[in-house]
Amino acid sequence: MEWEPVIGLEIHVQLKTKSKIFSGASTAYGAPPNTQACAIDLGMPGVLPVLNEAAVRMAVKFGLAVEAEITPRSVFARKNYFYPDLPKGYQISQYELPVVGKGHLMIHLDGREKRIGITRAHLEEDAGKSLHEDFQGMTGIDLNRAGTPLLEIVSEPDLRSPQEAVAYMKKLHQLVVYLGICDGNMQEGSFRCDANVSVRPKGEEAFGTRAEIKNVNSFRFVERAIGYEIERQIELLESGGAVVQETRLYDADKDETRPMRTKEEANDYRYFPDPDLLPLVISGEFIEQVRRELPELPEAKYHRFLDQYGLKPYDAEVLTASQALADYFEEVVKRSGCDAKLCANWVMVELSGALNKAGLDITQSPVSAANLAGLLKRIADDTISGKIAKQVFELIWESGKDADTLIEEKGLKQITDSGEIEKIIDQVIADNPKQLEQYLGGKDKLFGFFVGQVMKATGGKANPQQVNQLLKAKLEARR
Amino acid sequence: MHTKTLAELAAGLKARDFSSRELVQHFLDRIDRHNGTLNAFVTVCRDRALAAAEKADARLAKGEGGALTGLPVAQKDIFCTRDIKTSCGSRMLDNFPAPYDATVVAKLDAAGTALLGKLNMDEFAMGSSNETSYYGPVKNPWNTGCVPGGSSGGSAAAVAAGLTPAATGTDTGGSIRQPAAFCGITGLKPTYGRVSRWGMIAFASSLDQGGPMARSAEDCALLLGAMAGFDRRDSTSVDEPVPDYRAALENSLEGVKIGLPVEFFADLDSRMAAVLDAAMAEYRRLGAVFEEISLPNIGLSVPAYYVIAPSECSSNLARYDGVRYGYRCENPKDLEDLYMRTRGEGFGAEVKRRILIGTYALSAGYYDAYYLKAQKIRRLIAEDFKRAFRQVDVILGPTTPTPAFGIGEKTGDPLSMYLSDIYTIAVNLAGLPGISIPAGFIDGKPVGLQLIGGYFAEARLLNVAHRFQQVTEWHRKIPEEFA
Repeated sequence: MEWEPVIGLEIHVQLKTKSKIFSGASTAYGAPPNTQACAIDLGMPGVLPVLNEAAVRMAVKFGLAVEAEITPRSVFARKNYFYPDLPKGYQISQYELPVVGKGHLMIHLDGREKRIGITRAHLEEDAGKSLHEDFQGMTGIDLNRAGTPLLEIVSEPDLRSPQEAVAYMKKLHQLVVYLGICDGNMQEGSFRCDANVSVRPKGEEAFGTRAEIKNVNSFRFVERAIGYEIERQIELLESGGAVVQETRLYDADKDETRPMRTKEEANDYRYFPDPDLLPLVISGEFIEQVRRELPELPEAKYHRFLDQYGLKPYDAEVLTASQALADYFEEVVKRSGCDAKLCANWVMVELSGALNKAGLDITQSPVSAANLAGLLKRIADDTISGKIAKQVFELIWESGKDADTLIEEKGLKQITDSGEIEKIIDQVIADNPKQLEQYLGGKDKLFGFFVGQVMKATGGKANPQQVNQLLKAKLEARR
Repeated sequence: MHTKTLAELAAGLKARDFSSRELVQHFLDRIDRHNGTLNAFVTVCRDRALAAAEKADARLAKGEGGALTGLPVAQKDIFCTRDIKTSCGSRMLDNFPAPYDATVVAKLDAAGTALLGKLNMDEFAMGSSNETSYYGPVKNPWNTGCVPGGSSGGSAAAVAAGLTPAATGTDTGGSIRQPAAFCGITGLKPTYGRVSRWGMIAFASSLDQGGPMARSAEDCALLLGAMAGFDRRDSTSVDEPVPDYRAALENSLEGVKIGLPVEFFADLDSRMAAVLDAAMAEYRRLGAVFEEISLPNIGLSVPAYYVIAPSECSSNLARYDGVRYGYRCENPKDLEDLYMRTRGEGFGAEVKRRILIGTYALSAGYYDAYYLKAQKIRRLIAEDFKRAFRQVDVILGPTTPTPAFGIGEKTGDPLSMYLSDIYTIAVNLAGLPGISIPAGFIDGKPVGLQLIGGYFAEARLLNVAHRFQQVTEWHRKIPEEFA
């Protein structure tokens, strides 16, 4: 039987606010335990939450970016459960009325576009962390993270393969970073994914029983965890078993998912509207204000790059992957006035390659957009050849100096004076009588040898087209 | 000094008849003498009170200070006080010095008052008799065999016995008004949102409201002026200007329309009715006119309340888990044991009962039938009042069905205890202000009269109460033992 996976993702995006969602404590990562938890975060008696407007603004920004309905009157609810890192004994979240309603996101995969539905996105507070190591049979609690604002984004079960799931996750990651609402740092848990996975016989309408894989924090692991889970479910079903609805954890070391050890009884979170918070009322005016703050979104930028620069879809995709890279590319085009494809090539191949090797981000590039543009200009006006340009690029990388200065300093300017080139050609021909004889005797392949000798003699600086042309003429004249 | 009203004491301080230090010392002495009998104070803040008094004296000597500068007050032990034990009447918080001041505490401090101490109360404000306190019951100064009411029983008893001229209380279903009635003092429950709840330990967040308790309406006006106001730390506090509550006290009652809900009088005890009749006669003489009104859904208020309040409390009290502060059981063997024994040992029976009721009411499958239904009833009750206030200016009725009952009389029967709040609860459900003022006695026990106003009509309520107190002496009566 052919099986079809059905996947939906719940992604927790940590919002980049300065302070927590319901208190004034800082959200900065990495402080010593419990130094960024105020009385509110600690769930002290008598404290009350006050909603951080910046978190609402970010949620609305996201909602507008995925063309979702913004709920004019959404409600905060309490999700009640006991856990030591949940100070109040409840999490303030949104339940029946989330701030962001139905929206969608386009993904690109193998040259296809697919629209993935977003069911909802709601604001909630994060819990603290339980530290099970270092305490000899006891558990330490760090409440620095408690109260950090999260936007939980729930997709429709529209994804049909691990690859699609990752494409969606990447696209969402790109979007929230573009919007400036999340730092996107997955190691620090700023972007966490739960995946709901089920399989059904291809062609079947009804969904199979799903398992939820909790807290997968990298693109690679999401793909592997889902892949493993699909295989597991198919094997189970084909051997006559049944999938149990449960929560599973992905073990990256063993590359498998395992059921989470939980109590037998089902959780009843006893949601009810939080009486400490008034309903969140969002006016049309506020929405319009946020709309005006929206940057050009990745999808729009991608289409503009196709149209404006005539780039190939793959190149446009790569160059719009991050706002910083897109900005860099556009600055190179603008400053150099060169053909966009040349610019794209240099940014994607030479620059990105070097950055990757050095483990640097585009924002940390030692070669500024202005310097790269300066270099490309010299290629375009034949001051240097493409080959020399690579050399100059390395020099810029190392020194931070601009191309013109380096070309001058190192004498790398291309030799375009035909008289000078002819002189060198004459010398090369004179120095290699044996090769000349063979060439004239019909061994055409030796033309390359002569080109190489000329280039060698000029330190690679001779204009290759000119060398070709002049050498051909000189050799033919000998026939 | 202890028989005087706050307003009179303020005048005495201004006239230098006595210093704030003398005044505070006097009340501290009275606490020393009588608290053993009454059990009204859980904590006495001697040094802090005297230090505040000295500061106040210095200001008063320079002709500075406001209406409350140098006056002693006491706080219900539900309000967080920095570095002072804030127990909420519970073993759970017996070892808890709050790390910060409640807004109400900070405001009264800023007004120059001297905090005498923290007052006993029903555990987490759950009770109508002060018998659920971890610190034992408070006695009613009028009859020490009787309860003072609750949950602000310590506050009411302390004011009635002259251990403090003024106190704060909180009112979730009648917890200011009922003890005020039982102890023969004046207690005002403001409009929901009028007084900040920041630092006021939550019982049922959508119903809880802090307010003043004192001898007279004038005193309550003075106190409310200092306590009320928008607080950005409480999202449910309302950004509405605070009027000068004393300015309107003397307004004439000529033509003021007072509504009498038929539902309040239908089954009223005849001796209670007689007290109210006499009070109504006074009001007629003051020019007020009475009109019969109906609050058709009021009969549903007790059941609705006992779904909503426990539901909220079951969630509000989840934080007391022994992990970060407060009581923790000895040698927990694992996490579940820590939770079970900490909460099992730290909470008293009434608190546990309400947590269980609330947990049940919010459970999947019951939520719609209980919580949602109760919220619908709540809206109906609020509509009833809205309609009534289109017709009348204030509503008058009893505060309680009977005067104070005996200690131990109702502890075995929670339902009959719950029904002692039958006249006060609807006011909380609707979020309206209500005041209880002394209106007479039955068998030597005070009887309270309740006035209910529209939203933010505290000034009107205080005016109507004050005019009554100008022509009656009930609020000036003091139990002999504490005279």
